[in-house]
Amino acid sequence: MTSNVWEYAPAPESRDIANLRPNYRMFVDGEFVDGAGEPLKTVNPATEEVLAEVATADASDVDRAVRAARRAQETVWGRMPGSERAKYLFRVARLIQERGRELAVLETLDNGKPIKESRDVDVPTAAAHFFHHAGWADKLAYAGYGPDPRPVGVAGQVIPWNFPLLMAAWKIAPALACGNTVVLKPAETTPLTALALGEILQQAELPPGVVNILPGAGDVGARLVRHEGIDKVAFTGSTEVGKEIQRAVAGTGKRLTLELGGKAANIVFDDAPLDQAVEGVVNGIFFNQGHVCCAGSRLLVQESIADELLERLRQRVTTLRLGDPLDKNTDVGAINSRAQLERIRELAAAGDAEGAQRWTSPCPVPEKGFFFAPTVFSNVHQAMRIAREEIFGPVLSVLTFRTPDEAVAKANNTPYGLSAGIWTEKGSRILWMAQRMRAGVVWANTFNRFDPTAPFGGYRESGFGREGGRAGLEAYLASGDEGAGI
Amino acid sequence: MGVPSTTASAVSTASAAGAVSAQLPAHLADAIRDDAALRRFLHGLPGVDQVGLEQRAAGLATRSVKKAAKLWAIDTAIRMVDLTTLEGADTPGKVRSLCAKARRPDPERPEAPGVAAVCVYPDLVEVAVAELAGTGVGVASVATAFPSGRSSRQVKLADTRLAVEAGATEVDMVIDRGAFLSGRYGEVFEEIVAVRAACGDAHLKVILETGELATYDNVRRASWLALLAGADFVKTSTGKVSPAATLPVTHLMLGAVRDWHAQTGEARGVKPAGGIRTTKDAVRYLVAVHEVAGPRWLDPHLFRFGASSLLNDLLMQRRTQLEGRYSGPDYVTVD
Repeated sequence: MTSNVWEYAPAPESRDIANLRPNYRMFVDGEFVDGAGEPLKTVNPATEEVLAEVATADASDVDRAVRAARRAQETVWGRMPGSERAKYLFRVARLIQERGRELAVLETLDNGKPIKESRDVDVPTAAAHFFHHAGWADKLAYAGYGPDPRPVGVAGQVIPWNFPLLMAAWKIAPALACGNTVVLKPAETTPLTALALGEILQQAELPPGVVNILPGAGDVGARLVRHEGIDKVAFTGSTEVGKEIQRAVAGTGKRLTLELGGKAANIVFDDAPLDQAVEGVVNGIFFNQGHVCCAGSRLLVQESIADELLERLRQRVTTLRLGDPLDKNTDVGAINSRAQLERIRELAAAGDAEGAQRWTSPCPVPEKGFFFAPTVFSNVHQAMRIAREEIFGPVLSVLTFRTPDEAVAKANNTPYGLSAGIWTEKGSRILWMAQRMRAGVVWANTFNRFDPTAPFGGYRESGFGREGGRAGLEAYLASGDEGAGI
Repeated sequence: MGVPSTTASAVSTASAAGAVSAQLPAHLADAIRDDAALRRFLHGLPGVDQVGLEQRAAGLATRSVKKAAKLWAIDTAIRMVDLTTLEGADTPGKVRSLCAKARRPDPERPEAPGVAAVCVYPDLVEVAVAELAGTGVGVASVATAFPSGRSSRQVKLADTRLAVEAGATEVDMVIDRGAFLSGRYGEVFEEIVAVRAACGDAHLKVILETGELATYDNVRRASWLALLAGADFVKTSTGKVSPAATLPVTHLMLGAVRDWHAQTGEARGVKPAGGIRTTKDAVRYLVAVHEVAGPRWLDPHLFRFGASSLLNDLLMQRRTQLEGRYSGPDYVTVD
């Protein structure tokens, strides 16, 4: 909301494009089938209306899906030459592009993220991951994992609700490129685009069983990762659940990669390009309503420019347009669920209670739906909960530092280690800082940029393993006497 | 230090500064005390990150402006047009027909607003003034050895006086890019101040020719230099050099006038010129004005388009909005 001189007329994307159906079913062994679990209702977080009823899996469904994946791996997919697997992946990538508008609208309806982000980030990046990994499928011998790397077998993959389609692509594409098959569990609140991806896989005539998609809540995920027919577990989500999975998998011989929470520092030095730093800070924490594991949720700003930067930041945040996620001019959409909204409120209240100074964008907030106005806490100290705990919402905590050493110490003073941002015009300082950041991804003079060629992943409580790039193939390739078919 | 100032130019910067510094806050008055201070100030401005600036400009360009908001934008853009002809082949006849278009852009829809000004070479100002007397449409003239700016100070000032004495209400001067690129900021400053004085009551637009300054850091420095020297508007380009106006450069200049306003309380204007041909482009610029500088700048006193073919596209789109169907280029007048 910037003025009443010039109000942009509503420019909503049509929800009909999503081809929303009242019922969705599981995708197992190449078919859409009923699940034996209690069906779940998925809700549009911007309006609180029920979008569709979705079948869920019980233990027998998990069993059936894992058996289908095993059979497909051993009889078809694992034996197929890489150049043939690549053709399927290229086809899937093109189909994602062709159905891009439908997927974007469906994603926005189910997740609450603004259409401009699902349209310009989620869907194109999902397609890019399939393209990228399609290219690897026939070149795995040259990836640096031995002359004859083999698939690991059947992967059980559990993904979060913040980038439902994109996370499915991140997980499925490398697994398939390396000759593995997949049983994927999408998040309870956002199953729709994963099931639409199932339709695309059918359209691409992917052999039955290569990918199976089982909607459901945490219990389905727990069964899946514990299933003895699984060779490899990949999980993206909360640190708490990640630790549970690690305990469950320990001693089973299953491979595991975890991509968990974060509390990233965006570090702005006094010689930074200020206007672009402000953009980067805004993008770092308000992109996708802050539902980003690598969000720049802590702003560390050099004390000598803190007041000026904060003033510019507040002005810029005031121009963010919050509201109907389907409107093409919406910058900040809806919080994905009531539970998440409660958590954000609870942590923001803790910020007040601990003496941080709260500033909230004066933007109007819709009465219906789960919304939280962009919020900046200044005068935050390391000891406060809002500086230590992952909020996973549009809430920025601002801390200051005096010297580069202090910036390093504060940035690293967190149990997490997923990402960091460095803002300075001095190239040598970027390199000096990047070497000292305990974070899997360090951005310099930018933030939240994702590319399939760049490995992504964390340290310590942010998990282990990498996704994307050459490094991301490692989790899905076996060498020596390990792996499938031996 | 490598400050290429001579004592003589330091002195004249200081005396030129006296003319404009009266109302400036202390830190800005200090910046124009002498050549060295000006250099320190301009080089002390925060840098511009090219990738970030271009990403932001591209992001804002995805705004979707429809219906009433679009019609409002079209009418506002028409009121912001400096309808321009700057050809060697310009004649009094050509200028008269341009003036007729400026007064009443769409003869079939007399309620369509008029443009802000007509922009011509100095020798044709007289013709335009005669045509536009009493219409409220301004007469802008380029001056100071436009477009290259390669002549003596005397010639540039004479050029300016020629335009002003013929009745120009606005002067579009070019800066000495050679002096700027060789670091003689004091000289550029002093020249703007001198032209400003020669303008009298006429508004001064200072053309940076951003296509020749090449880097965004230079554009930011040149914008601040012009604002410090008293420019009413900073303008991107002559239209004779490619690239002319671009969205990122305009974003940067809008940021400069926003910051100038925050520091001095004065609102100065921005004029992108060259290469803006379609309504779609114009709306993207207006979105930038709205969200970078602020709603106050959505006003012909603070934002202009230097353009010639843009006007007809705005008129065609205006009819489309009102009539619900597309017309064609033969339904708007070609002048």
